[in-house]
Amino acid sequence: MHADPKGVLTGVHFLDGDHACCEGTLAAGARFAAGYPITPSTEVVERFASRIPTVGGVFIQMEDELAASITIQGAVWGGAKAFTVTSGPGFSLMMEHIGYAAMTETPCVFVNVQRGGPSTGLPTLPAQADMMQARWGSHGDYGIIALCPNSPQECFDLAITAFNLSEEFRVPVMLMLDECVGHMTEKVIIPDAATIDVYPRRFTHLPPGEFRLFEPREDKVPDMVRAGDGYRFHVTGLTHDERGYPSMNVETQSRSVTRLLEKLEPLAGERALSETADLEDAEVVVVSYGITSRVAQRAIDMARQQGVRAGKFRIISAWPFPEQHIAALAPRVRAMVVPELNLGQMVREVERAVAGKCKVTLVPHAGGTVHNPEVILKAILEAAQ
Amino acid sequence: MNEQTLEIPGTIPADAANPVEPFLRMDRMPHIWCPACGIGTTVNCFTRALIESHANLDKVAIVSGIGCTGRVAGYANLDSFHTTHGRAIPFATGLKLANPELQVVVYSGDGDLFAIGGNHFIHAARRNMDLKVICVNNLTYAMTGGQTAPTTPSKVISATSPYGVFEPAFNLVALAEAAGASYVARWTTFHVKQLSRSMEEVLHKKGFCFIEVISPCPTLYQRRNKMGDGLDTMKYYKQASKIRNGARTTECDMTKSGEIVVGKFVDRERPGYFELLNSQMTETLGDRYAEPEVMCEQC
Amino acid sequence: MAKGFVAINVERCKGCGFCVEFCPTRVLTLSSAFNTKGYHPPNVLAAEKCSGCDLCGMYCPDFAIFGARYAR
Repeated sequence: MHADPKGVLTGVHFLDGDHACCEGTLAAGARFAAGYPITPSTEVVERFASRIPTVGGVFIQMEDELAASITIQGAVWGGAKAFTVTSGPGFSLMMEHIGYAAMTETPCVFVNVQRGGPSTGLPTLPAQADMMQARWGSHGDYGIIALCPNSPQECFDLAITAFNLSEEFRVPVMLMLDECVGHMTEKVIIPDAATIDVYPRRFTHLPPGEFRLFEPREDKVPDMVRAGDGYRFHVTGLTHDERGYPSMNVETQSRSVTRLLEKLEPLAGERALSETADLEDAEVVVVSYGITSRVAQRAIDMARQQGVRAGKFRIISAWPFPEQHIAALAPRVRAMVVPELNLGQMVREVERAVAGKCKVTLVPHAGGTVHNPEVILKAILEAAQ
Repeated sequence: MNEQTLEIPGTIPADAANPVEPFLRMDRMPHIWCPACGIGTTVNCFTRALIESHANLDKVAIVSGIGCTGRVAGYANLDSFHTTHGRAIPFATGLKLANPELQVVVYSGDGDLFAIGGNHFIHAARRNMDLKVICVNNLTYAMTGGQTAPTTPSKVISATSPYGVFEPAFNLVALAEAAGASYVARWTTFHVKQLSRSMEEVLHKKGFCFIEVISPCPTLYQRRNKMGDGLDTMKYYKQASKIRNGARTTECDMTKSGEIVVGKFVDRERPGYFELLNSQMTETLGDRYAEPEVMCEQC
Repeated sequence: MAKGFVAINVERCKGCGFCVEFCPTRVLTLSSAFNTKGYHPPNVLAAEKCSGCDLCGMYCPDFAIFGARYAR
């Protein structure tokens, strides 16, 4: 399905990541957003509030993130594509409802423009320290998809991808920007609506009475429905069976909750999104994501200039973690260097996937600004020895 | 007719059926509520209100939070949502804004709506969001074992106030009025006729409507306070209730065993959310304003 | 001849006594029999007094009883 032209601001623009992200949501067909202001994410919904009345939709500023994160889900069940936007402290508040979205398989998007933490931290400065939280922040066993743009252009593109994946997999998707990408201004090309692929919501074709809201198709994802069409369906956060009825027993738990993870497995393998370069002859691969990947690119170039065969693996879909790609790469290289704007988060996933088949070096940074490329270069050179 | 009915003199017509059954997910009966719990009684009243108001049931959505009353959504044969603790109202807000054709009813308990959910209640009332909120107030957190709630009256013994509650309790009807609700009423589970009528009224009224229903929790609240069983409590409601339509909500506090003021207290007109949205946007944007079309396409 | 009738679902009843207490014409009484869960369901004492008002049905928290008017 193609994007609805009403929401597509076709043209060549000069936008920051937050603004580009907003345009991406509109292009994807989002016509409902609920938010609560928090630096450095606020511009996303400020722009949405400004744009949506002429596109046709609703923005509501809710009283807190607890409300915003569930208001969007009410809107989804009312038939809308919906998202909310936040940063660290708000992300923490939203965790219960991210779990609710995962459990009820509600397709929606949560944008986190990461800032220094923990707690109030560094409201106006970048970090990438919510990556593990994106995956594990809510209680219980569940899965989510997380995407990491590294430019305002990607903030636009991946916002569309986020919605598309959320509809395909009936899962909440975390769009993990960081303050740097969110506040940097670059050229953003928004194409014609006719060239933008939008994944339509997979509403059921079965009649009421036959349709079961949590009965998976072959791809382990159930079809969707919306209120008001006579389906008389039930949605609950309690462990439920295929009808959606509470079924709190070991057997249903095993069947239903496991499927929440299994349905996302393709993203750990062939569907993982990444950008690679110079891997064929690489001895050291720099694994990075978000703003750090741009600094890493400089370090890789400098390493190559010095005769070290450095390669790039840029993670775009961080969760499910692209473990198959990393595991396949590990025996072919001497080392992987993982720079991230945190004290060691995605590096753990790299180590897990590598399973000892090559060295893994973390280049940490407590946050507040980006790495100095020299520091990453030093790690690459040391790893190459 | 169910073969489990008693033999009784006089015939039961072959097509006789309990009017509440079409509104329930009968495949989930029996429900989990205790003997003499008042929640089921309120559901009967709600059913009657739906029938009398000729509501299109396909367009009625029910949203509950967590708790004993929160289980109502699971039993209602409507598009129903059992959400998180305290957050039925913001969920309902999103649902209503996405599809304004829906009649969105929030059916939840006192702890859910006014403790953890308190902030959301006051903001939805402030906005005059077109939601019908039915609060079954059993003066406790029943599902988790009868702990002190913001509505538990002074001196009452609870699981977390074993020596008696000393905090002042919320007056829910005063709170609802102050926050901006367009309709505020209180009944008890004894007042089945009046409660049904109130529920029917709110189904026809636009804006944020609030009905508080005082209900027994015989297993926890009444038992711990040696107040007898559910029937004793219903008799107390009958004897202690004073119908004062239009009373000042600030004079309607609930006490441990005193008078219960019931009635319809507030019924006013306030501009609705969409009315305000559309009028503001039209005023500032003129022709450029595109009315909300929130739902995504069916394919 | 009674104006209405009452139908009782014995197994659903949890013996709360609301219907017995609030029937305006005192049609019901609590039975001394037990259902399989051990509750005393109501018994019709005076069927001829039943007006079919369905107050019993409105009170019943367990949806175990309802009344209705006979069609003319």
